[in-house]
Amino acid sequence: MTVATLRTSTSSPEAGDGRAAIAARTLRTDRWWIPPLTTAVGLIAWITYATVRVFMQKDYFVGDYNYLTPFYSPCISNGCVPESSHFGSFLPDVWWLPYAALTLPFLLLFRMTCYYYRKAYYRAFWFSPPACAVAEPHATYSGETRFPLIGQNLHRYFFYAAVLISLINTYDAIKAFETGDGEFGIGLGNLVLLGNVVALWAYTASCHSCRSIIGGRLNHFSKHPVRYKLWGWVTRLNGKHMQLAWLTLGTLALTDFYIMAVSAGWFSDPRIIN
Amino acid sequence: MGNQEHFRVWRGDDEGGDFADYDVEVNEGEVVLDIIHRIQATQAPDLAVRWNCKAGKCGSCSAEINGRPRLLCMTRMSTLPPGEPIVVTPMRTFPVIRDLVTDVSFNYDKAREVRAFVPPEGVEPGDYRMQQVDVERSQEFRKCIECFLCQDTCHVLRDHEENKPAFAGPRFLMRVAELDMHPLDAAEEQGVNRKEAAQDEHGLGFCNITKCCTEVCPEHIKITDNALIPLKERVVDLKFDPMIRRKKRASRS
Amino acid sequence: MTEIERLSYDVIVIGAGGAGLRAAIEAREQGKKTAIISKSLFGKAHTVMAEGGCAASMGNVNDKDNWMVHFGDTMRGGKFLNNWRMAELHAKEAPDRVWELETYGALFDRTPDGKISQRNFGGHTYPRLAHVGDRTGLELIRTLQQKIVSLQQEDLAETGDLDARIKVFAECTVTDLTKDGDRISGALAYWRESGRHLVFEAPAVILATGGIGKSFKVTSNSWEYTGDGHALALRAGASLINMEFIQFHPTGMVWPPSVKGILVTESVRGDGGVLTNSEGKRFMFDYIPDVFKGQYATTEEEADRWYTDADNNKRPPELLPRDEVARAINSEVKAGRGTPHGGVYLDVSSRLKPEVIIKKLPSMHHQFKELADVDITKEPMEVGPTCHYVMGGVEVDPDTGAASVAGLFAAGECSGGMHGSNRLGGNSLSDLLVFGRRSGAGAAAYIDSLGDQRPSISDDDVQIAARRSVAAFGDGGQEGSENPYTLHQELQQTMNDLVGIIRKQEEIQEALDRLEGLKARGEQVVVEGHRQFNPGWHLALDLRNMLLVSECVAKAAILRTESRGGHTRDDYPTMDAEWRHVLLVCTLADDGTVDVERKEQIPVREDLLDLFESDELGKYFTSAELSGRN
Repeated sequence: MTVATLRTSTSSPEAGDGRAAIAARTLRTDRWWIPPLTTAVGLIAWITYATVRVFMQKDYFVGDYNYLTPFYSPCISNGCVPESSHFGSFLPDVWWLPYAALTLPFLLLFRMTCYYYRKAYYRAFWFSPPACAVAEPHATYSGETRFPLIGQNLHRYFFYAAVLISLINTYDAIKAFETGDGEFGIGLGNLVLLGNVVALWAYTASCHSCRSIIGGRLNHFSKHPVRYKLWGWVTRLNGKHMQLAWLTLGTLALTDFYIMAVSAGWFSDPRIIN
Repeated sequence: MGNQEHFRVWRGDDEGGDFADYDVEVNEGEVVLDIIHRIQATQAPDLAVRWNCKAGKCGSCSAEINGRPRLLCMTRMSTLPPGEPIVVTPMRTFPVIRDLVTDVSFNYDKAREVRAFVPPEGVEPGDYRMQQVDVERSQEFRKCIECFLCQDTCHVLRDHEENKPAFAGPRFLMRVAELDMHPLDAAEEQGVNRKEAAQDEHGLGFCNITKCCTEVCPEHIKITDNALIPLKERVVDLKFDPMIRRKKRASRS
Repeated sequence: MTEIERLSYDVIVIGAGGAGLRAAIEAREQGKKTAIISKSLFGKAHTVMAEGGCAASMGNVNDKDNWMVHFGDTMRGGKFLNNWRMAELHAKEAPDRVWELETYGALFDRTPDGKISQRNFGGHTYPRLAHVGDRTGLELIRTLQQKIVSLQQEDLAETGDLDARIKVFAECTVTDLTKDGDRISGALAYWRESGRHLVFEAPAVILATGGIGKSFKVTSNSWEYTGDGHALALRAGASLINMEFIQFHPTGMVWPPSVKGILVTESVRGDGGVLTNSEGKRFMFDYIPDVFKGQYATTEEEADRWYTDADNNKRPPELLPRDEVARAINSEVKAGRGTPHGGVYLDVSSRLKPEVIIKKLPSMHHQFKELADVDITKEPMEVGPTCHYVMGGVEVDPDTGAASVAGLFAAGECSGGMHGSNRLGGNSLSDLLVFGRRSGAGAAAYIDSLGDQRPSISDDDVQIAARRSVAAFGDGGQEGSENPYTLHQELQQTMNDLVGIIRKQEEIQEALDRLEGLKARGEQVVVEGHRQFNPGWHLALDLRNMLLVSECVAKAAILRTESRGGHTRDDYPTMDAEWRHVLLVCTLADDGTVDVERKEQIPVREDLLDLFESDELGKYFTSAELSGRN
């Protein structure tokens, strides 16, 4: 008789080690490559546009109506048009330094560490994985366990920064209701700026870090009714985080393009009041 | 009655195998598991498949249909492209035992690595008081039927066998989140920090939130948004955000 | 013959559902080395299918509730055929068992003051079912599973071995129990994965294998429900009682065909759902039986008021005990007032707001959406009766769960008596917990009483049992070659058509004749392939149990010439008080014949009888039984 042996596994000891010998990288028959491809195309297009624009160092401000594009806000380079520098100017005016060099890196980092964008670019650019149940090409994988990707955990600091920057964008949008002559005025550009700011706030507030800070950290919602309420709102917004992420890319580019077009004189801003 | 469909079912064991082809009748309203059973009863009596409730409640019949991790009993034939062969394979992430049956003991081992619920001291049975709003988050995670499809689809495990020792997988990170959000869990009083354990013992850092676990979950649990990311954020509270950490020490929420 | 691995335990629990796990926890907590043997993976047990809740008179929602009311409801539901001691223990201990789950980490739905919320259910006077949405069984199984992990972690800390004192053997089937003289000595099992045998040496065996529903065609039960515990007990010399009582749940899905029988929870009705026929009529008002007259609303207006003001109105007849509702649906369909797919309508869409339906009945919403393409927030469901639960089972001592064979215990669905002729919804989860724990404690006490006199297993017994279990691979004894799948289908059809929801003498006799034939053909079953995870072989072994148990059911059904609870005789349509105090006891003789004999019930204890009005008792008891009472 064999002596009774105790094993640590809960299943039969005969369990083999090998997986089913299926060679195909994936057996998916649908067009799984479309979503990552779309993401890649969309992100590349946007990054290209944004890069060109931040280094153009012109057509970013419409003095008549105080329209400042978010790509140049706050304008703190010595090269900025003085009226556009709401917060002073002190950066040297050199070609390789964008006029909003103080804030742009934080905005970039906020989006790069965003839980949605991470998913998007891990899938679309890093193929890790390209789609669910499609094998990734890498031999090893350490995820976000070590440098540099462990830095993704700094997302919430960039969230704090993004809140400050959204305040500045809000200031810009409000400031734009004052024409160059110091009068109150409204044009299509105001609506574009306003729409962009609303979208930016929605995206920022829908951030997963925000959701955690507002209430997710708590274990007893019942003892914090106000924060629970806020958490509920953020949770609902958070469900749309992906849509808001893309929407704000769109509104940012659109706002910038609109201001560039007006500034360059391609067309004039239709005015509603003054 | 029904129409004929062509099935390609992987058959074999850990020493190798291949696809077997079956032409089989399909009737209105049937699910893939019905067809597998028909193949079993009429053409291949020893075709191995694991199943129990056939109602999407027990999570036994996990496999892959046309390359996608699914429950065989919850995949209606009418949702698959007609006229094309239907490919059924065992879950890829786990060792195969025979045909569609895999050895999922990895998951049970991981389950035993998560420190169990710690009842609060001094609270008698019957005296537990919890508010509905405080239990709802963990209740969502407890909907889990342990089909292990999330574990199967997660590329951290699926594409990297070598990560298995260090990574608990979405199912068990969600279990950690469930306990960490439990309003009466007293682990901390016992010196067990679940957030720290999530990061250091269960490999939360491996997760790159690509959301495949959420996509495959037959219970529609928002694993990534409601369990994994909140847990990552709680780890940030503990490890990467000294400001909050200090505040938390001062007044426990 | 190859050598067979031997393992030694104090207690082995066969079955890893609610009863089995609770029994194992108790045995382990009492210091006994315990093995849990499960045909399925750990945590997949049929208990997960229980939706509505776990009945316990905690009085959280209505503080008038107490164990006496619960006891009364249970006896009424079972038409007073219940083992009254079991019903008493059950009603008294259920709250403690539920509260205990919270200390294991369970998260039930809550009342506004933070207690466990309780819902209404058929046959229960007050809101009594602790629940989590409509997935209470899953919560229960997961909680117990996690408690076992917790105990294993304690053992790891103490001994360095997770499995030192409690170990789960998943996908492992017990084929026979072994005895040393008159006492249980262990069990022979095989790994489903490899087909390899193993022997468990243990002085105490707890059966917790659940029900027998897979012998019926339309059933809510999973493949595991093949009556293994019932059959193992019979073959070990123990007796079964009440096998004629089988509960047909009134509401199973009827369409599409592949999901026919899958359960639609009673909570749909508890939360406001109504049953209507093809003419749009709420027909249940026509089916309130005499014994329940005065306890149920007679108008739709009163019934509807009850949902908001239960204290001042009577409950809707949709919430009658299950046997009544199932028979009513059966009658409506037979009378030609059924739906296109042969059921009746169950509608919540016109009664509750969509968001309330999704919140209260999430898995039903999910189940219909995914399986039938029906949105229950917009349209009614089609439902009909489905074989759901067997009231009968191993005859046990109420306090310890001990069967008539020393060392054998049973708990949960595979034990008999507790529910009488009909089980109330919600009473099964509480039954599992109360009697799971009691049988675990009973087994521990039995072992303590043994001292050094532990039984042992002889090698010969092991070899005989092992050979029998692989006979289906063709041991030369077969003349034909029967396909187990075909035999199983014929058995299911036979039981469904002839010993189903409505029975009569000739049909049951025909079923018995057919069962004889099936039994003979069962000897000729031959399976293809090898022993590694071979479903054909697994079915062949299960079939042996199903045939044996089905014979008990049919033999008991033909003897009981009355209608009561889960046993309806077309030829004896009324309840007969002379049958109330009689149990039909099923045993297996050495030559393989199934005997069913009458046995008198122990009279109900006086103080328990005092809990009922004498008018009510008069409906169930004979005047002789009640004489001498004032």
